[in-house]
Amino acid sequence: MPIAFDLPTVWAFIIAFAIFAYVVMDGFDLGIGILFPTLKENERANAMNSIAPVWDGNETWLVLGGGGLMAAFPMAYGVVLSALYTPIIAMLLALIFRGVAFEFRWRDTGHRKYWDAAFTLGSVVATLAQGITLGGLLQGIVVHGRSYGGGWWDWLSPFSLLVGVALLCGYALLGATWLIMKSEGSLQVHCRRLAPWLGIATLSGMAAVSAATPFLSNAYYQRWFAWPQILFTAQVPLLVAIASVVFFVSLRRKATYLPFLVALGLFALGLIGLGISLYPYVVPRAITIWDAAAPTASLKFMLVGAAVMVPIILAYTGYAYWVFRGKTGSEGYH
Amino acid sequence: MFESFDATVLARLQFAFTVSFHFIFPSFTIGLASYLAVLEFLSLWTGRAVYLDLYKYWLKIFALVFGMGVVSGIVMSYQFGTNWSVFSDKVGSVIGPLMAYEVLTAFFLEAGFLGVMLFGMNRVGKTLHFAATLAVAVGTFISAFWILAANSWMHTPAGHALAPNGQFVPVDWLAIVFNPSFPYRLVHTVLAAYLTTALVVGGVGAWHLLGGRKTDGAKVMFSMAMGMITVVAPIQILAGDQHGLNTLEHQPAKVMAMEGHFQSHPDGAPLVLFGWPDMKSGKVLYDISIPKASSLILKHSFDAPLKGLDTVARSDWPPVPIVFWSFRIMVGLGMAMLLLAAWSLLARVRRQLYDWTWLHRLALVMGPAGFVAVIAGWVTTEVGRQPFTVYGLLRTVDSVSPLQAPAVASSLLAFIAVYFIVFGAGIGYILKLMAHAPNRGEPAPKPLSPAAGRAAGKA
Repeated sequence: MPIAFDLPTVWAFIIAFAIFAYVVMDGFDLGIGILFPTLKENERANAMNSIAPVWDGNETWLVLGGGGLMAAFPMAYGVVLSALYTPIIAMLLALIFRGVAFEFRWRDTGHRKYWDAAFTLGSVVATLAQGITLGGLLQGIVVHGRSYGGGWWDWLSPFSLLVGVALLCGYALLGATWLIMKSEGSLQVHCRRLAPWLGIATLSGMAAVSAATPFLSNAYYQRWFAWPQILFTAQVPLLVAIASVVFFVSLRRKATYLPFLVALGLFALGLIGLGISLYPYVVPRAITIWDAAAPTASLKFMLVGAAVMVPIILAYTGYAYWVFRGKTGSEGYH
Repeated sequence: MFESFDATVLARLQFAFTVSFHFIFPSFTIGLASYLAVLEFLSLWTGRAVYLDLYKYWLKIFALVFGMGVVSGIVMSYQFGTNWSVFSDKVGSVIGPLMAYEVLTAFFLEAGFLGVMLFGMNRVGKTLHFAATLAVAVGTFISAFWILAANSWMHTPAGHALAPNGQFVPVDWLAIVFNPSFPYRLVHTVLAAYLTTALVVGGVGAWHLLGGRKTDGAKVMFSMAMGMITVVAPIQILAGDQHGLNTLEHQPAKVMAMEGHFQSHPDGAPLVLFGWPDMKSGKVLYDISIPKASSLILKHSFDAPLKGLDTVARSDWPPVPIVFWSFRIMVGLGMAMLLLAAWSLLARVRRQLYDWTWLHRLALVMGPAGFVAVIAGWVTTEVGRQPFTVYGLLRTVDSVSPLQAPAVASSLLAFIAVYFIVFGAGIGYILKLMAHAPNRGEPAPKPLSPAAGRAAGKA
């Protein structure tokens, strides 16, 4: 495996970064949606206020992930999205319900319970769909020529459903730990009570997906267990184990920030694990990043934009978070 | 109900439905963001309370419209891959980077500062808050720039080469971005967004003036809107004419369909005002025409020859009746806007702007006209590009994903159901907000919470 510093690799990392940014940032938004039914009205308002100013920016990383994939790896973008048509469309529709609920629940108190249900259902379906999409990709996609060659239910399998459920637990964990940071009083107490259980569920999900992945194909098995790279790959589960210990200790000590940061760390390790399984393939065992890459002229043109803009974006996104720092209360903002 | 459709037709219906619905929102937010920036600037500059009241009034509406624009827009950015995967594979290297630039330079800017704009009024200084509003307004414009560059390239492709594997590859980025139809389309579309917003603002103002709620806010918004329409409507008609001439040069078949010119006219083509274009017989039935007027408009001479669709291969014809009629709807509404502009100018000169009931009635009826015109214009240009996705180079039938028809039929039905429920509710809430007149001391989106206020106070 050549580790050349070439443009497709650079772009693979940029898109991986965009996807990671999306997953962790919208992850806690969606997680709050998943936890919504367990909250009382004033806690709901509080929870929603903590993400209302930032959710839109968080979701933009999803557009960058999709748009970047189209621009940098157009063939993969077409193959993957048409192969995973049903979960992708379900995710888009679910994100509509989730997104409008932020405004609508304040505009229409008479139907608030319906928009709250839409918020939860949208968050749950979007999360499941994202997990199923990932699972469907990992288990492999039939490619004919430069297009998808399978049917419209190929994505459905116990494995893809397992990834969906694991992600549901993971996002709920991000949401709960985010709220531990951003809230006080009963909401914080509630989230502190949920967090250990969500931690256990997330770690079990990660373990189950990790255990199942090597059996999807011999290539994954080789990737993880062949000598000598096992010396490197073994670090990932080791770090996950360390992170889990830190997580539970931090909860026991009633830390405010650490549980969320460790949850982010778990997602980062999950992404590294995915990278180990997939690289350099975009579609496992079928399309590498070099097969799918756009011409150099496209990758260079965009790299200039990304190199200039991404730091600026991170700076003003940071500023927006800083403006709304601290604990949020429950007063409606309209 | 979809048995007779193949997957391509269904994918086209789905794209047309989702993009038409989506386009309603940005065509409003592009103008409204600029209007909010102007209002906040005037509020800072003059210190008059009415501008701040209007700012807060329209900000609440902006929040709703923008939210719906975002969620319906994400659908568009993924639909290229889900339903048009072959198109994405072939042209992704050319238009993908333009869309990536849109995300990097516009979407993040808008989303990043929207939170500050909506909820930060009591958390950041006045000037900084104005800067956030300005950032959102500039973001909407940058977004229009990139997406229209990508769209225009599909109409008038330039600056690319064809690779052996069938992909379009970029050769000259300046030529790709500033392709021949782009400057015209950008001006025409952005002006349309400004007009659309001005018509909505004017319609809301007129509604309150008609209802006897002659508050300062209602008067100022009506006056500003009518002023905007008076300036922009005539410019827009000129810009549209230039855009049409540009289309005649680069996409003549589209203009032939718009004009209903099936036959060539070697010595002066008639302007068909109305009629029914019949593609089978290649004639406009029941037509009412002005002899030689089309040549006058398009070639600035009565006797200039104009070619008809008889010079174009039958397989390359766009669906003529759709293009013909959507064009007439757009132009007709444009003329109605010009009438409103002239009438409001007369009322202003006669100092009857706030008292002329029939003017207010027209302004009210014209409130949604911008949306109809924008969609009609969009249908004209997009259907006029058919049967190609990349004009002259890539056919629509060769662009579609290899999906089974039931998959697309299901998703289309789901989109229709969800859009009507969700956006129907959203539009209802917007109308509810509009139904009350802007008052002195208009409530703003409040600070997030007492706790949040404390945190800001500490800084």
